[in-house]
Amino acid sequence: MPTVYVNDKPVEIGTGKLNCIQAAGLGGVLIPSYCWHEALTVVASCRMCLVEVGDRKPDGTVVMQPKVVPGCQTPVKDGTVIVTGEYDKRDPAAAALNYPADYTKGGKPGERAKKSQADTLEGLLINHPLDCPVCDKAGECKLQDFSYKYGRAETRMVDEKNTPPNKPALSSKITLFTDRCIMCTRCVRFTREISGTAELQVVGRAHHEEIDVFPGRPLENKLAGNVVDLCPVGALGSKDFLYKQRVWYLKTADGVCSRCSTGCSTYTDTNKDIVYRLRPRVNPEAQGHFMCDEGRYGYHFANSGERFVRPMVKTDGRFKPAPWTQVGAQLRQEVAAAVGQAAAGFAAVLSPFLTVEEAFLYASYFKRLAKEVPLVLGPVPVVGADDRYPKNVKGEPVEPTKFVIRAEKCPNRRGVEAVLMHFQGAVIPFADVVRDALPAMWFAGGYPVKEHVEEAFPADWKAPALLVAQDLFPTLLTASAKYILPATAAFEKEGTFVNHAGLAQSFPRAVRPPQEARTELQLAFDLLGRRGLAQPGAIRAELAAAVPFFAPLAGVVPQNGVKVG
Amino acid sequence: MPMTEADVRWVQEPKLGFWDQIYFPAMIDGLKTTVGHLFGRKITEQYPEQEPKLPPTYRGVHRLNRDAEGRVKCVACYMCATACPAHCIDIVAAPAPPEWAGREKYPETFVIDELRCIYCGMCEEACPVDAIELTTLYDLTGLSREQMVFDKEKLLSVFDTTTKAGTDPVRTQAGRLSVASEPPPG
Repeated sequence: MPTVYVNDKPVEIGTGKLNCIQAAGLGGVLIPSYCWHEALTVVASCRMCLVEVGDRKPDGTVVMQPKVVPGCQTPVKDGTVIVTGEYDKRDPAAAALNYPADYTKGGKPGERAKKSQADTLEGLLINHPLDCPVCDKAGECKLQDFSYKYGRAETRMVDEKNTPPNKPALSSKITLFTDRCIMCTRCVRFTREISGTAELQVVGRAHHEEIDVFPGRPLENKLAGNVVDLCPVGALGSKDFLYKQRVWYLKTADGVCSRCSTGCSTYTDTNKDIVYRLRPRVNPEAQGHFMCDEGRYGYHFANSGERFVRPMVKTDGRFKPAPWTQVGAQLRQEVAAAVGQAAAGFAAVLSPFLTVEEAFLYASYFKRLAKEVPLVLGPVPVVGADDRYPKNVKGEPVEPTKFVIRAEKCPNRRGVEAVLMHFQGAVIPFADVVRDALPAMWFAGGYPVKEHVEEAFPADWKAPALLVAQDLFPTLLTASAKYILPATAAFEKEGTFVNHAGLAQSFPRAVRPPQEARTELQLAFDLLGRRGLAQPGAIRAELAAAVPFFAPLAGVVPQNGVKVG
Repeated sequence: MPMTEADVRWVQEPKLGFWDQIYFPAMIDGLKTTVGHLFGRKITEQYPEQEPKLPPTYRGVHRLNRDAEGRVKCVACYMCATACPAHCIDIVAAPAPPEWAGREKYPETFVIDELRCIYCGMCEEACPVDAIELTTLYDLTGLSREQMVFDKEKLLSVFDTTTKAGTDPVRTQAGRLSVASEPPPG
């Protein structure tokens, strides 16, 4: 097994092609860096990852390189010795290597790397303004963190700082605080390599280098929001999040994006039950490092004032709010009566926005009422075609594909389909039942875009006599319903989504649903006559035991998800 | 280190003698102190007729300072709200108006609940631009809870009145982080 020595500690690196930063990371040693990013090419321009490297020969002698080298650009092989600036904080259990005398003569191991890092930071801070109080990045800024850890306490700069003007016109969604930029060029490389649209570039030279776009060609692509996450300092700011919250107030929960069938892993940043920001969570199984802007800015529906927040019953042609205690009993009675009259005429529509646990409980409920109740897959919104990145100048996708925004704008079609297959051996598409004149329908929706619901209904659609509509927003459907039940957004419930490739990802709840709303899971749980609070984990285990398709969901679902089917 | 028996020292209450038991000498002793105060320097303040002169470090009602151009000095960094142990400060930040040269962020609203506040002065200490200060105003009254919730305009008016009256000159000049931390007019 190839072994690398990180601050004297032997670290086995396996067969991967790694650089010094990655190898040291395996050994639990952080080498600070700004410009290096796992998904982007190496430029070694920030000089923050300077380390001392050498070679341990098979006979135990060590040969060290005479100068510090950038760790991001230096590949490791069997016997590579890495000495970082934190050598003095090394693991005391590891035996010291036999460093040559000409190497230790100039100072202890790690001293040169440490000095280089401090000097690099001093250079980066020469023109960096002391904007931390007004900078949105403060609190999660790598420049703050590393200055605190590796830098000098005071500046020696006596001259005026460069103060280039801000560029709010860079993009409709992103603003550039030019003076805060440290020229790591991560954003430039992202637009060239991942989105391929290449809007960003470096203009000027030396201390007058700036990030900019061509006049009239703003940074407008569907992945542009990622440059804000990539920026290690507060130079690129998201206009959507600008000055909304200080980051230390935010609570972060793992999430799964519900806006297309890619099912990007996300972090949901919330405060006091309001979602403020979504960020991509690195997941090589799902989407990689990034997420699209549709998903990133697609959380606003959850904070919308238009949403249904309490159950409503139509009495004398008008909707009146009703308490759950009353609605629950009425629903159970009326649904049982409708199924008793004509079970085949009661369509139970389960939308692809439900989690698999919810779909499972709903399906169990309806099939327990009568075997003949048709379970219907709700409208599956499809917009355009899959959008593949990177793109070339003409906007055509280029191989190899690095990111796909799927045309199917729902997170869990495959999961709900698998549940339906289990219960009735077939998936009935929504289009098959919408034309029929049905006496009763239960529509479990949760569509964040109301057009996606309305498009699925023909203009001359006749509403069933008993229509229970559970959705987020008022639509044509809810207008003709007898019962309107509030649906919950993906942030407001715990559950599992199965993405286009059959990757099942479980996610916890990030915010509480509106006070008078109940999650679909709890409602189905209550309808089934079970007592107490619905525990998504327990229902997931039940599902894994009952449906062979979901067998891998038994036990703890790994953070990166698990393949089902 | 745990306490041992050797660390404990037992003391006995002294026994009362004859003179102690008749209490008369002790009463004379006490009256001496009382009568002494009748002829000594008067230390009672005749509040409210006579208002006390408080030290400039007294921690009374808050104010929001203005900069040289009369704009609110606060840059809405939320440091005070973060430092506040009573969670009585509520700020809503927004991009500064475009005509405010050199300013990027400002508080759209800035509300302090003076009833929740414990007047510890942590907000003042946390402020990087010396925008929030506690004044020597102490006689804070109101007829309702809502009246005691001070918004930005009210806090700025406290600045105007206290600087005009000269009771509270701008004290803290420690932070010089941005243009907003210039000394105020006058």
